[in-house]
Amino acid sequence: MNAQYLELVCPAGTPAALRAAVDAGADTVYCGFRDRSNARNYRGLNFDFDELVEGVSYAHELNCKVLVAVNTFPPAGDAGPWRRAVDLAAEARADAVILADIGVLDYAARRHPGLRRHLSVQASAANAPSVTFYRDNFDVKRVVLPRVLSVTDVKALIAETGIETEVFAFGSVGPMSEGRCFLSSYLTGVSPTSDGACAPASHVAYLQQGGGVLSKLGQVTLNLVGPGEAAAYPTPCKGRYVTHGRASYLFEEPVGLNAIRILPELKEAGVTALKIEGRQRSRAYVTQVVGTFRRALDALSRGEPIEESLGELQLDAEGGRETFGAYRTGWR
Amino acid sequence: MSTRASAQLTLGPLLFHWPATKRRDFYLRIADEAPVDIVYLGEVVCSKREASFEPFLDEVAERLKSAGKTVVLSTLALVTSKREVAAIRERVARGWLLEANDVACVQILGRAAHVVGPYINVVNEAARDFLRSRGAIRIALPVELPAASICTIAATSGATSIEVHTFGRQPLSVAMRCYHARSHNLTKDHCQLVCSLDADGLTAATVDGMDILTINGTQTLSHGYGVLLAELASLRDAGVTHFRLSPHDIDMVRVAEIYRDVLDGRQYASDALQALRHVAGNAPFINGFMHGREGMAWV
Repeated sequence: MNAQYLELVCPAGTPAALRAAVDAGADTVYCGFRDRSNARNYRGLNFDFDELVEGVSYAHELNCKVLVAVNTFPPAGDAGPWRRAVDLAAEARADAVILADIGVLDYAARRHPGLRRHLSVQASAANAPSVTFYRDNFDVKRVVLPRVLSVTDVKALIAETGIETEVFAFGSVGPMSEGRCFLSSYLTGVSPTSDGACAPASHVAYLQQGGGVLSKLGQVTLNLVGPGEAAAYPTPCKGRYVTHGRASYLFEEPVGLNAIRILPELKEAGVTALKIEGRQRSRAYVTQVVGTFRRALDALSRGEPIEESLGELQLDAEGGRETFGAYRTGWR
Repeated sequence: MSTRASAQLTLGPLLFHWPATKRRDFYLRIADEAPVDIVYLGEVVCSKREASFEPFLDEVAERLKSAGKTVVLSTLALVTSKREVAAIRERVARGWLLEANDVACVQILGRAAHVVGPYINVVNEAARDFLRSRGAIRIALPVELPAASICTIAATSGATSIEVHTFGRQPLSVAMRCYHARSHNLTKDHCQLVCSLDADGLTAATVDGMDILTINGTQTLSHGYGVLLAELASLRDAGVTHFRLSPHDIDMVRVAEIYRDVLDGRQYASDALQALRHVAGNAPFINGFMHGREGMAWV
């Protein structure tokens, strides 16, 4: 692959979203099976085997690749669904699997050596020795980098390891080291790492209080927002907490990640692929976000400024406001 | 009782940032008085804290070893800089037995013997077996695991022993951003080590007044103290051999005595729980993860 080409990797939460992403200009789409084996195990999402086969066929016709996320951690004694997911991804002729668990990586490398392996962000590999560990032991070809690194960090990591990297370009801001965050299971008993669901809708409640709305996850209040105030979905790291007698967004403001204005920096850093988050979002979201990034990347590859291609993307950022996340400063 | 391996009581790494002299005095008393078999030193949360205790590290380790305790040096849970990588390499070169809390440390160790800490996701037998092949002599399991998973992993763990967090606030997440600094309207680069102001962490409450989380620099912990006393016997029966106490700014010698007495059959767990409440102050006790529930629950 041309090292200067930035690959656009897009969410396919459903077969319809897969087609929308392909049609809007995705180079690659990623999806998961309809069970705990992937980190977006939400009602109404994901694929069965036949849908995956159809999706791969549709994407490949249009020269688009398909990645299958099998990126949760199998509980002890229950590796079957995860191994089956890897087997089925191979059988469906997916272009790669995105894995996180050391046991699943070991299985995939032994059983399907010819099936390309990517390291999920859930594996939290944020430094050169970790990347080397996964590359050398499981022949991982690409690493999806945690959202905790600055562009400078990303560039250094690529220079040191020579690995293909995929970085988040649009979606939510994950302040915690992903795959190792137990906040949601602490409040709900449902584990993002093994059940594939952070802040499941079944545990979310909204209550009117005074003029505002109280949002709860499990039995715990995560926010109280006034009329007209922006609020993110009640995940524990987007809640409002009181310290020193003052309520604040202690972990992260209700903002969305949008790296579209720093695409030239990411390209210069040597990044291989840009990930658009949102397998749980609508087909319209996919069409709009993927289309906007497609125009921006095309402008970039022609050496033109990307500002004119931005359009109305801001409205889609989570909570309606945007940030560069860790990219500019590494949260220092 | 005789068929079970002897239970080892361990003192996990101090997660909070105490002044160096307070930290030294704490460990000297542990060396002299606490019935623990293994003591983890080292910094897990933030590399900026490491320098302050460095001058005392060798002295404290020697005193602990002289008292018959095995010393392990814990390492960072989230490694991101070359300087942090170099620091781990230096620890390896000096021959410390390390606890790896980031996969980076496992890689740096090559196949040298080590402990895998609770910040590396080992949640099934296959991951356990792979890490054993890389030199893991012991694996401290993540706090999120329910009893069923722990038992399955421990039942066939062979030469790799299994350790479980049985006392203290439970680590729930690590991040790059420092929430302690943020709570003081400071940036991480100019944090003034404000985390040292809170010897057991900074309580974060919900907007309707429920204490729920504990902030410790870049780490987030439970507000309640994880307490597994009634569960010790069944964990031992399942093959768990190492039981971790996580240090707090309370009488940890007394905490160790209480756990030792239960493990050795000198005290009922129910009586021990009452004794522990006297030592542990006002923080609620939690054990939900172990019972497959929300972690904050007390079953």
